[in-house]
Amino acid sequence: MKPAQFDYLRAETLSEVHKALAADPEARVIAGGQTLVPMLSMRLARPPLLIDIMRIAALKKIEDKGKFLRVGAAVRQAELLALEGLAEKQPLLAAALPWVGHAQTRNRGTVCGSVAHADPSAEIPLTLVALEGSVEVSGLRGTRRVPAAEFFTGLMTTARKNEEMIEAVWFPVRKPNTGYAFFEYGRRHGDFAIVAAAAVAEGDKVRLTIGGVADRPVARDFRERGKAALDKALNEFAWSLEARDDQHGTAVYRRELVRQIGAKVMEEARSCLN
Amino acid sequence: MKPEQSTKAGWLGQSLPRVEDAALLTGRGRYMDDIATRTGTLHAAILRSPHGHAQIKAIRLDAARALPGVAAVITAEDVTALSSSLVVGVKAPITCWPIAVERVRYVGEPVAVVVASDRYVAEDALDLIEVEYEPLPVVMQPAEAVDPASFVLHDGLKGNVASDRKFVYGDPDKAFAEAAHNISVQINYPRNSCTPMETFGLVIEFDPNEESFDVLANFQGPFSILAVIARALKVPGNRLRMRTPPDSGGSFGTKQALFPYIVLMGVAARVAGAPVKWIEDRLEHLTASVSATNRMTTLSAAVDREGRVLALDWDQVEDVGAHVRAPEPATLYRMHANLTGAYDIRNLRVRNRVVLTNKTPTGLNRGFGGPQVYYALERLMQRLAVALNLDPLEVIRRNLVPAGAFPYRTASGGLLDSGNYEKGLTLAHREGGLEALRERQRDARREGRLYGIGFAAVVEPSVSNMGYITTVLTADERRKAGPKNGAQATATVSLDAVGGVSVHIASVPQGQGHRTVVAQIVADALSLKPSDIRVVTELDTAKDAWSIASGNYASRFAAAVGGAVHLAATKMKERLARSAAAQLNTTADDIKFEAGKVASSRNPENAVAFSRLAATSHWSPGIVPEDAQVIRETVFWTPPQLTPPTEGDEVNSSLCYGFIFDFCGVEIDRTTGAVTIDKYVTVHDCGRVLHPGMVDGQITGGFAQALGAALFEEYAYAPDGSFLAGTFADYLVPTAVEVPVPLILHYETPSPFTPLGAKGVGEGNCMSTPVCLANAVADALSIDAIDLPLTPAKLAAFIHEKEPARTETAQVTAGPGGGRALHGEGTAIIGLPPQDVWKLLLDVDVLASIIPGAHSVQKSGPQAFSADVTLGVGPVKGRYRANVELADLNEPKSVTLRGSASGALGFAQGNGRVELEPNEAGTRLTYRYEAQIGGKVAAVGGRLLDAAARVVIRQFFEALARRGGGARPGFFSRLFRRAK
Repeated sequence: MKPAQFDYLRAETLSEVHKALAADPEARVIAGGQTLVPMLSMRLARPPLLIDIMRIAALKKIEDKGKFLRVGAAVRQAELLALEGLAEKQPLLAAALPWVGHAQTRNRGTVCGSVAHADPSAEIPLTLVALEGSVEVSGLRGTRRVPAAEFFTGLMTTARKNEEMIEAVWFPVRKPNTGYAFFEYGRRHGDFAIVAAAAVAEGDKVRLTIGGVADRPVARDFRERGKAALDKALNEFAWSLEARDDQHGTAVYRRELVRQIGAKVMEEARSCLN
Repeated sequence: MKPEQSTKAGWLGQSLPRVEDAALLTGRGRYMDDIATRTGTLHAAILRSPHGHAQIKAIRLDAARALPGVAAVITAEDVTALSSSLVVGVKAPITCWPIAVERVRYVGEPVAVVVASDRYVAEDALDLIEVEYEPLPVVMQPAEAVDPASFVLHDGLKGNVASDRKFVYGDPDKAFAEAAHNISVQINYPRNSCTPMETFGLVIEFDPNEESFDVLANFQGPFSILAVIARALKVPGNRLRMRTPPDSGGSFGTKQALFPYIVLMGVAARVAGAPVKWIEDRLEHLTASVSATNRMTTLSAAVDREGRVLALDWDQVEDVGAHVRAPEPATLYRMHANLTGAYDIRNLRVRNRVVLTNKTPTGLNRGFGGPQVYYALERLMQRLAVALNLDPLEVIRRNLVPAGAFPYRTASGGLLDSGNYEKGLTLAHREGGLEALRERQRDARREGRLYGIGFAAVVEPSVSNMGYITTVLTADERRKAGPKNGAQATATVSLDAVGGVSVHIASVPQGQGHRTVVAQIVADALSLKPSDIRVVTELDTAKDAWSIASGNYASRFAAAVGGAVHLAATKMKERLARSAAAQLNTTADDIKFEAGKVASSRNPENAVAFSRLAATSHWSPGIVPEDAQVIRETVFWTPPQLTPPTEGDEVNSSLCYGFIFDFCGVEIDRTTGAVTIDKYVTVHDCGRVLHPGMVDGQITGGFAQALGAALFEEYAYAPDGSFLAGTFADYLVPTAVEVPVPLILHYETPSPFTPLGAKGVGEGNCMSTPVCLANAVADALSIDAIDLPLTPAKLAAFIHEKEPARTETAQVTAGPGGGRALHGEGTAIIGLPPQDVWKLLLDVDVLASIIPGAHSVQKSGPQAFSADVTLGVGPVKGRYRANVELADLNEPKSVTLRGSASGALGFAQGNGRVELEPNEAGTRLTYRYEAQIGGKVAAVGGRLLDAAARVVIRQFFEALARRGGGARPGFFSRLFRRAK
């Protein structure tokens, strides 16, 4: 378990990162390294160049942008979790972050790193999709913001181009008259979620987002009234996620968790409205 | 813990702070990888099989050998030339090599070893080795292996059964004929392992002048294995010197399985002409180090009307993996004396089969044979209670060996040394709060919650009879081989020049705290303080006292090693007393030892300091009588009760038999199927308790690992032989969050057979806890049969109602096959007529441009292509050699693509059916595929494979569609639908 040889660049500025990424499409940004380093050690990934962005001061900020929290690419998960008043600013984020890995990995892992890696079970991408946040990517050709639902395109695959880096993610802050709820089930504390669910209730609509089942977090808006209609819609949603079998659970099991946990979090989010 | 303070009763029985802990807690531990190596030491890395079963067609080593820094690349050719096969413990015409010879038989089996200047270079070289495999059918389960038609793993055998023995004790036929009831259980005990924090490691050097090997390894024993290693390396035993590092990061039995690597790296060191160091990594450990056995058991009981068991009938099929590796089939025979558990059952029938499958070879593991036996036996007792509508506790009580019957000879020859099992049940009932728990269950059930109570009674054997394994041989075969018996324990107590006391033992501790307890034992014997005693536990087989029974296994420390220490110290004390008598001008029986002084009892003023007396044989041997000379005292002790198996196959497989009675209450979540342990009570009688804190530590640790085995852990394999638990993300070891604190209760019935009255205690909960939890789950769900691990998905299947069908959209058709084969289907719209698409599909140049990550494509036959490709998802990328063949061509309508790819990350094979239909846009292409992925990617990324396969296959057809001017972005992905 020793990585193959790679070059290492500790970038001091954003433009240094942009240039290095443009020069080599196989180069990878390293931030907290909580996923990438094990992949390097197992030689599952063998990028020729790693660009360390953790010394770039501009990326270390959590900014209150009014309707959004803008979290820079060098912000660690533990730092966001420790942000004063996080539960007020965005209750869903405060509820989901403690489920990200373990305290030790949150001390190193970054918020944007989790978004970049796009594991289908990860809580941060799920939260971003649930809240309809966006991902700010930049490169030599400039900066663009991609809505979360378009950003995650599949298993560990995103809309980020090779020559781009994630500069920040934008989490919408709590809106008035909106209820939020989160629930996750994994086999052990800190495990990859078998099913993770986030619900955002607003007016007569509840948006349910499910992680750990499809190849990316998937959201659906529910306006159905009455238990029968809602059960039917949830069932359709559960089937549409194309659950798979693995050694931790069958597809049948995952669909049932989507139905039951989905109903539970939607109910909880609705109850927050009152 | 209390500070050092002697009591009248002595130091033993007190929970003194462990002398080991200060170093371990301040980062001063000296583990295997910390030990400095000699200048010029090279580093090894191992190329391992990605296949469960395959013929090795070719190995190409040139590129690896040419890499700067590589000193040697070793294959089976070197190993078979420079060593001989490891001894196999059954009479069968099979060999066991530490490297794959011509064939690989499990995922992770070594295929080649690179020795290089450092581990990085060695791993670089592994990537350059090309191996051509021809996959063979796999045999994955014991049920398949007993079928004579199963594909044979070892050509010397007719099938995959390496041993088949039958035993009868008493008159089971009569008992079954006359019994009121016949109750049976069928169990498939899964694969798991107690995993240490520190992995395997060794440094080995070959001296060509003396033709000898010197090895430093975190091997844990038993040292009988040294005979196997020396024989394999073709040197006399005295030319194999082994040393062990001072500290261990845990073993739990696993480090016994380090020994094939000693042979393998011995050959590597010999070829390389330099010392070779190898440290196992986690992926290697989980995939291919060792495992406990999985076992298929049918157990039946003849039962009378009152629920008393009159006879047992065991049919055990033991899966030892791909080789019968020493000391297997010991797992199957360790419990032979106590197959009747804690019960007074006089009639017994046993059939024991040992089978080979395409899994990692098995070996020592905490509980060794106990979990497999007691899971069946205690599930049976629970089933019996349900079937007869009796209280499970009462069923256990009625069948116990009665309190007055000890020492009790079991039907199969065991001699249960001491015990009072009823007392254990009573203690648990009263102090464990069973009635309150039953009340909680009633309340929970009234509320509709799923709450169950489970029980388990277990006899915990310790100190193995070195002869029990020969029970696998017939009496005739044993006569020819010569009797094997006993369990030699050793201890050496030394006096230095200023009267200090040192002790050396060969117990090779793996973190348990032996040094602390040994100091207590010697301090008690010599009336000193434990801090006066220095204890050394690292072993050097060239200099220290040891025997084949030495090492850390079979819970032998407290009973055997502690006993030998006591005997050595007592012997030394007798000599010192005679020496003191001469100096003090009195008789030895007048001498008393007290608080560092040695004095005349009659005249306490007539005294000498212990240290002065102890140094006398160094400085003034002339004044010491000959029978009192003492500088070093070594004791060898073996218990006479450990006799070889009799002509009638009766064997006392262990010296001591402790008793455990557990009960627990669990609740199961109706949504997730997750088990919550509400309360767990475990009562232990391990004879005399030497150090209560350490005993409770052993129980707690065993409980945690047993809970892992019960609820979380499994060395899972796919039906195709792929290994699926290569990281701790898939091999789920419980953490502090998942492990509740059990209530531990004790009582003591000292063993009459051990010098201190102590018995072993470290393994019992690995035997009792899994089945206790399973019994509680069976009670909660009212189900008859349940196998481990008790995963939420498995339990939820008993709870969830029938799944509602999909209604709005069309039913997705189920894909072919089952198991873990990945399958799916998709559609692409291509802006060309079918005839043109057909041409694209068959054109090498086109394929070169659309096969994802293709570096080059060559035509290798009329309808076959080979390609060098880089495949991957996200940052995970690997280079593969791919072969694609077209079959069932029906121009221009349909074609089957068969392909395989292999590379450093593993292999893939599969086939896809492509159908072309004209439509308004040009062509509608539909494909269905089935694929299998194995090797490293399967072992570390099981949960992501299905989605990864989809991505890679989709990339191909997306590229084809683009080439044909087809799909719009975004539109395309929506067309993908996956079957199943």
